[in-house]
Amino acid sequence: MPFIPHTDTDVKEMLAAIGAPSIDALFGEIPPELQCKGLTQVPEGLSEMAVSQLLRGRAAEDRMALNFIGAGAYEHHIPAAVWELTTRGEFYSAYTPYQAEASQGTLTVLYEYQTMMTELTGMEVSNASLYDGASALAEALLMAVRANPTNQSGKVLVPKTLHPFYGEVVNSITHAQGIRQAAIDYDAKTGKTSLESLKAYEGVKPTAVVIAQPNFFGVLEDVDALTDWAHAQGALVVAVVNPTSLALLKPPSEWGAKGADIVCGDGQPLGAPLASGGPYYGFLTCKMPYVRQMPGRIIGRTVDLDGNPGFTLTLQAREQHIRRSKATSNICTNQGLLVTASTIYMSLLGPDGLAKVATASMANTAALVAKLTQIPGVSVVFDTPRFHEAVIRLPKPVAPVLEALANEGVLGGFDLSRHNPELGQALLVCATETKSEAQLDRYADTLRRVLAA
Amino acid sequence: MSNIPAALKYAKSHEWVKLQADGTVIVGITDHAQHALGDLVFVETPKLGRKLAAGESCAVVESVKAASDVYAPIAGEVTETNVTLANSPEILNSDPYDAGWMWKQTVTNAGELEVLLDAAGYEKVIAAL
Repeated sequence: MPFIPHTDTDVKEMLAAIGAPSIDALFGEIPPELQCKGLTQVPEGLSEMAVSQLLRGRAAEDRMALNFIGAGAYEHHIPAAVWELTTRGEFYSAYTPYQAEASQGTLTVLYEYQTMMTELTGMEVSNASLYDGASALAEALLMAVRANPTNQSGKVLVPKTLHPFYGEVVNSITHAQGIRQAAIDYDAKTGKTSLESLKAYEGVKPTAVVIAQPNFFGVLEDVDALTDWAHAQGALVVAVVNPTSLALLKPPSEWGAKGADIVCGDGQPLGAPLASGGPYYGFLTCKMPYVRQMPGRIIGRTVDLDGNPGFTLTLQAREQHIRRSKATSNICTNQGLLVTASTIYMSLLGPDGLAKVATASMANTAALVAKLTQIPGVSVVFDTPRFHEAVIRLPKPVAPVLEALANEGVLGGFDLSRHNPELGQALLVCATETKSEAQLDRYADTLRRVLAA
Repeated sequence: MSNIPAALKYAKSHEWVKLQADGTVIVGITDHAQHALGDLVFVETPKLGRKLAAGESCAVVESVKAASDVYAPIAGEVTETNVTLANSPEILNSDPYDAGWMWKQTVTNAGELEVLLDAAGYEKVIAAL
């Protein structure tokens, strides 16, 4: 049954009113060779009962493997209250609820979210979120190009320790606008961005320098030295951070002498389930002087005609429905539902709870690495302070090992050999607070068996 | 009734131009423009040293209800900008011809000055709107 409300009589009346012989005639201007004459490869529809049984059967094949993959999306425990509240109809199915006269509740939640993000990052203003961390970084770089009064070259220094997907997305989004990335090497021993390789870029006058903390390898970078170097070159510092880590690490506003200028990242760890890759959301915060270059929605607090407090979209002249081609971005939306979940998650955990999640994750990863390196041939690659991920080297090629582990119900980690062949047979492993000692042992025992086979 | 000082020259796009003794000009927007825009909340002036072409969009004025481009009336190089507008954009509303000046620039082509409207000419333009 199609969900179209018009009856045949309605359709005939409408066609008569506009003088068209048929609905097909309205599409007459499309060349016949481009017209689709029915969907021949789509099978007949099934009943609701048949579809339910089919998909229940498929779902049962999901063996809920033990997950040790990080690489930008992290499995954290999400308290039941988070999605119980977020899936309420008022949040879940409201469409674009941003009118001040109708959606004070939504706007209040988003204002709280913005406040929390500025507190986490140490910045002065936050927007109401973007699509994901990678596109948030692209927007941050476009922002830096507009906002940097001294260096306008469009040349951006990006560490090789940045998540490879982020680098690719930034290129897709910004290349046509003249932004050119130059990749900074990392130290092979420590896994940190090397100040030595930065020296080659002195005098280049980069517009922005990207610093990822922790970096893709889980390693903690020398953010103070990197920030000061970037500022000395006249570049703006764009920080890409893991929000959970900010419960323990000093905020980017305290990096170096002047602090980072723009901070972005992916908010998935704060209450968004892994869900096969999304939806997640990107956060973007900055210092106040750059606010007019920041894209995306911004909620502001104000008073109404009677002096009562209220919330509204603000600084709208940055956006394309007013400035059109001169807007700060073509983005005109955010990830309201995910942000609502995050705000509830952060409210429930508070700064202490978030710090506990971060600490437990770091401890579990350290414990996992200790167990795995007991296995002959398995070694840790960077012996450097890290957050909750580590790079380990295996004595055998990674892909078959991961497949064997998966057959035993263990998702061992992210295979680094594709993006980082220089690391050899390397695997990025992650253990969050969700793992018990028994589960860490299970990974180690399974890997030991797989490698011995 | 809009204020249109007789001593100034005008562009159809509602900018005014004041010729200085040293050959540079001061540029701002007219009383008609500030009134139409409403309370200004933000003014973005062109960067120092920027070379402007006549008619080129080079500044932005943002009010509570609209964001408008401001155009260079004549070609030249930006020599000074009114920094007080950054913190007090409302000056442009209260005093558009004096304290609310936006930028100063050189004159690349004196002929372009001749083509600008005088007060009477500008008055006709806004009367026809």
